[in-house]
Amino acid sequence: MSNPPAKLLPHPALTLCLITVWMVVNNTLGLGHLLLGTVLAVLIPLLTRRFWPEAPKVARWGLLLRYLTVLLTDIVVANFWVASLVLRPGSGLRPGFVWFPVALTDPFAITVLASTISLTPGTVSVDLSEDARHLLIHSIDLDDAQALVDQIKQRYEGPLQEIFQC
Amino acid sequence: MLWQEALISFFVVLGGAFALVGSIGLLRFPDFYQRLHAPTKATTLGVGGVLAASVLFFSLRGPGLSLHELLVTFFLFITAPVSAHLLARAARHCGVRMHPDTRKPGQPDGA
Repeated sequence: MSNPPAKLLPHPALTLCLITVWMVVNNTLGLGHLLLGTVLAVLIPLLTRRFWPEAPKVARWGLLLRYLTVLLTDIVVANFWVASLVLRPGSGLRPGFVWFPVALTDPFAITVLASTISLTPGTVSVDLSEDARHLLIHSIDLDDAQALVDQIKQRYEGPLQEIFQC
Repeated sequence: MLWQEALISFFVVLGGAFALVGSIGLLRFPDFYQRLHAPTKATTLGVGGVLAASVLFFSLRGPGLSLHELLVTFFLFITAPVSAHLLARAARHCGVRMHPDTRKPGQPDGA
């Protein structure tokens, strides 16, 4: 196996992430911890380089930021919505499964989409078809399957396609 | 100070309330798949509330800004959907009983 030329920072984003996590875990801004954290954050990606799949490049950071804001709002809304379902007496729920046709091609982007679906109102992603073209979603209160698919496409998948350009 | 205590109490109560609702949901929903919705959703805000209170308490009362609770939130947000997905997937492959009114999955279109 021919290795690509060794780079000091094979995953700069991971390195930055590790430094941040290290500083936050230690709850400090001390220089000693910053040095130790930096050494670890450079070494760990180097040593584990082979385990990391090629992650897609984020093409549009502005959109990613907006996506995260929308997601955070939706998570809070999801919490209140599910809470109201729990507390409402009597079960008028119409649970159901839907196959969602996935247009994304990158495994990482699909993972983000599946996680998003699980965190947002009333839906959990259950399974991915073998060819990775369809995602099985369980909805706790399924009214109109096509409307749900359209909503996910427009609200989450569309932006993800633009963010990762895939 | 009063407003600090009020704010911290608000988040503790909010977090506690959502954790409680999540647990009630776990108990009340009729089948496995619906139960899965309670802990993945209601609990994220439950834990989030308690952690927000913790950040505020230790930042306002302690020696300085305390942010490692944010990491707990972050890790929770990436692990909760993955564990829910694995549970749901395992349940589907084992053929866990569904609520009789559930609309069953057919085959995906064009597959």
